Amino acid sequence: MFGKALDSAMPLWGVLLVALGLTLLFSAGVTEVPSAASGIWKRQALWVGIGVAAAVIAFRVSPRILEWATPAVYVGALLLLGLTLIIGTGAGTALGAKSWLAIGGVRLGQPAELAKLATVLMLARHLGPKREPPFTLTQLLPSLAIVGIPFVLVGLQPDLGSGLVFAGLLFAMLFWAGVNHWLLFLLASPFLSLLMAFSTLSWGVWIVLLTVVLLWVRPYVVEGLVVWVGNLAMGLLALELWGRLAPYQQNRLLSFLNPEIDPRATGWHIIQSKVAIGSGGILGKGFTEGTQKRLAFLPEQHTDFVFSVLGEELGFLGVLGALTLFALLILSLIRISQRAVDPFSSFAVAGVAGILLTHIVVNVGMTVGIMPIVGIPLPFLSYGGSFLVVCCLALGMAARVAYEARHSGYTS
Amino acid sequence: MSWGDRHQAARRADVGRIMVLATFTILTLAFFRLQVIGADRYRVQSEENRLRPVPVPAPRGLITDRHGAVLAENVPGYSVSLHAVSGDSLRTMLDRLQPILRLDSVERASILERYRRTPSEAVPVRRNVSFDVVSALEEQRPWNPGLVIQSDPKRRYPFASTTAHLVGYVGEISEEELRTGAHRGARLGTLVGRDGIEQFYDAELRGRDGVKYIEVDALNRTVRDAGLESTLEPEPGRTIRTTIDLGLQQFVESTFPLGRRGAVVAMDPRSGEVLALFSAPSFDPNVLVGGVDPTEWRSLAADRDFPLFNRAIQARYPPASPFKLAIAAMALRRGIVSFNSRMTVPCRGGFQYYNRYFRCWRVEGHGNVTLTEAIQYSCDVYFYQLGLKLGLTGLLQDGTALGFGNLSGVDLPSETEPIFPRSTEYYNRRYGPRGWTSAVTLNLAIGQGENTQTLINVVRFYGMLASPHGTTAAPHLVATRESQQHSLGLSDRDLADLRASLVAVVDRGTAAAAQIADLKIAGKTGTAQNPHGPDHGWFVAFAPADDPQIVVGSIVEFAEHGSRVAPVVTRIIARYLLGADAVRPRGGEYRLEVPADSAPEPIPILPDTALLRGTGREPAGRVR
Repeated sequence: MFGKALDSAMPLWGVLLVALGLTLLFSAGVTEVPSAASGIWKRQALWVGIGVAAAVIAFRVSPRILEWATPAVYVGALLLLGLTLIIGTGAGTALGAKSWLAIGGVRLGQPAELAKLATVLMLARHLGPKREPPFTLTQLLPSLAIVGIPFVLVGLQPDLGSGLVFAGLLFAMLFWAGVNHWLLFLLASPFLSLLMAFSTLSWGVWIVLLTVVLLWVRPYVVEGLVVWVGNLAMGLLALELWGRLAPYQQNRLLSFLNPEIDPRATGWHIIQSKVAIGSGGILGKGFTEGTQKRLAFLPEQHTDFVFSVLGEELGFLGVLGALTLFALLILSLIRISQRAVDPFSSFAVAGVAGILLTHIVVNVGMTVGIMPIVGIPLPFLSYGGSFLVVCCLALGMAARVAYEARHSGYTS
Repeated sequence: MSWGDRHQAARRADVGRIMVLATFTILTLAFFRLQVIGADRYRVQSEENRLRPVPVPAPRGLITDRHGAVLAENVPGYSVSLHAVSGDSLRTMLDRLQPILRLDSVERASILERYRRTPSEAVPVRRNVSFDVVSALEEQRPWNPGLVIQSDPKRRYPFASTTAHLVGYVGEISEEELRTGAHRGARLGTLVGRDGIEQFYDAELRGRDGVKYIEVDALNRTVRDAGLESTLEPEPGRTIRTTIDLGLQQFVESTFPLGRRGAVVAMDPRSGEVLALFSAPSFDPNVLVGGVDPTEWRSLAADRDFPLFNRAIQARYPPASPFKLAIAAMALRRGIVSFNSRMTVPCRGGFQYYNRYFRCWRVEGHGNVTLTEAIQYSCDVYFYQLGLKLGLTGLLQDGTALGFGNLSGVDLPSETEPIFPRSTEYYNRRYGPRGWTSAVTLNLAIGQGENTQTLINVVRFYGMLASPHGTTAAPHLVATRESQQHSLGLSDRDLADLRASLVAVVDRGTAAAAQIADLKIAGKTGTAQNPHGPDHGWFVAFAPADDPQIVVGSIVEFAEHGSRVAPVVTRIIARYLLGADAVRPRGGEYRLEVPADSAPEPIPILPDTALLRGTGREPAGRVR
């Protein structure tokens, strides 16, 4: 009973979140000193209109047609990403990155957002027909390639945040495909090795742990060696890779570890966001009344830190409400994915859930300082046209999947 | 195992749900930690973020004359400061505003230095800008968002040069003063008194600054006042009512010889209240308020006449003949002489003391005179002998007791201490135990030698002569500091006779002054030897002689003779006692004759042997 309500109510959570987003963007524009956010909610309302249209169209498109068109969409998205690398421009928070596609100075959108959805569809098309989930790392290679190409293209922009999202959707979909947990662990291990390399001790512990796991899981010898060597290489390459990160990315990672390193510059974002949220208390300072936001202490209050505005003005209760809406949305998507009548639809919705969850966890975690500052938007709440339209498309598609499951005649 | 397996899929979905719920629980807990547990701490931090305490300067107290006329007031003014995000942007803004502000390189350097120290505050660029400048700056605002123009009351002295030395002026506190903590409650930018009453009564005049909170944005730009409930009102400074009579003070300035250097002090002898205090040349304190225009300052400081120098309390002159009254008072108190006493050696134009001849100013001599006559004619020979009768020790002792070695105690800053030896030790130290002789007594007896006095201290002494019982409080403009009372120690009868002898000095010449015939003025002229040019002229007088209400002393540099000063002083006395209509500031038909009086050049203090071995030139003074 409740479960049924959950998936049929999925669009409602989306609508509520979009409404909350517009409200917060209105408040984000109410500042003492003119800021980029003033009046931004009107433009976002325009994007909402486009998003609703996109959702309706996505709802009308049969998953069969979508599945058929997926390769073309995927290749198109990759071409756009390539084009962005050549003629892309920077904007907003990531002024130095080439993430925007613009024609004649008019910014059309960020192809990375579209690429996320295209990658999900392509991966769903790849994993769907399989009778058995991949057993070995070798069998995972096609999936890795599908995600890897846009991942690298986005990473070259460079856009650390979107890169994270690709990793998130990959693991969500492989998990949904039933890939062995240890295999997922081994897949992720080189990246974890990279993270552990910040100190010799932690990395030593990590390598010992990995060796034990490899002996326990016992993959093919060659694969096991590849994983082990890969971890070793990542640990050794860590320094080199660190040097290749853009300075702002280094600073963000550093100030995540200790915001007080440079409280006026890099740590500023984290500190001011925590102050904004913390000073909101349980009930908040009142709608549009947040002083941190009004007086411009809170940076990027309409994009990356829109959730801090919510925390400051509506307090812990407001945060609880918003997080509940997000949780309900993700849970609805899981249920839709579970009840989908064909594997392509199921994987596609799982991938969408993976994208959204990664965005939510990284963005919201960042505002309270439990995640490093990687500039990725919060679905439905942050200002930004491309991402909102992509999210609407995704929800429209999920709604179609849910509709087909309800009217397929199967009963669960 | 594949997607098609419903049971496997359901299990994975459950695992997925649990993971999602766990993730959201962690996020919720993170918010709980900040918003519920840490709320108070972060609320304080957010208040500190947005509120900045700003001192509200207390309005400085007024300074008025004895009738309440305002001598120092606050008028609306404007100050200009700049908010900059970096030193470079500050420099750019200064460049852009240069045509309006016209800062010199020194000012620029100090502005940049101030910015380096407190980059988050607006840097004061200039105080006391005129409304014209403000409106010119306002036009530049679109290009200079960091421009802050605040209303900043400006100190104004409506009577400018008339009361300059008396009232003083204010200036921004220096860093040195801030470090030493000389001014309680002062902070960077506080205006403190720099001279006169402004400095002496600075603590009372300054009041206590209040605090208000302003709301600022992330770039420290002021958004608005945070509201009244968070404001601590400033405590305005006290109004200081002085004893100055503004009308008299103005008259003094207008009657003082044009272009001359010198000073005038008028005092009520009964209370010690200073009625007028003037030093010439004067200056306009209004140009010194706050930031001084450097060229203005240079011209003031480099002026040959030193207008900033207060000649009434800072300049020391040999007291000359007016000091003879002190000698007379000492001798009377010790009972050495009475008014009819004559000296053993009558005046034949000089006095032989061992191997030296001390001259009287009058070559023809005064004959055998009594004390009264000696005072009247200012006979040097008489006082040489009176000094010897007193003895050097007695003279120094009594002179010190009468306050000639101390500050007058007037409530003005930087009064110069007069030079007067407290004992013979002084000579021993200065010339060596055998380097001097008791001949110094003769010089001291006629107000020469190791004795230089400030005008205010001499007026204080004449105040004692003029006061009913020979005592007077220290001269003061507001209140006496300590009850540093000196007394002549004379009987009322002796005192009356002493005054009478001073009346005789002036009486002889007052016949011509018909309009003040009913005014008995007692006074003494004097001529102070000046090695650098023409002698300085003294005149100290009080009136009415039988019931003195005012004592006025004046010194005019290079006046050559005290009789030139006398009309100035008598006009001031007449103005005070007879009213504004009685006299005109400049002489004319009104003239006053006083006897000629001069002082011989002081005898050089040299050991006898050295003198004999010298050029053989007779060490006698020039005689007029």
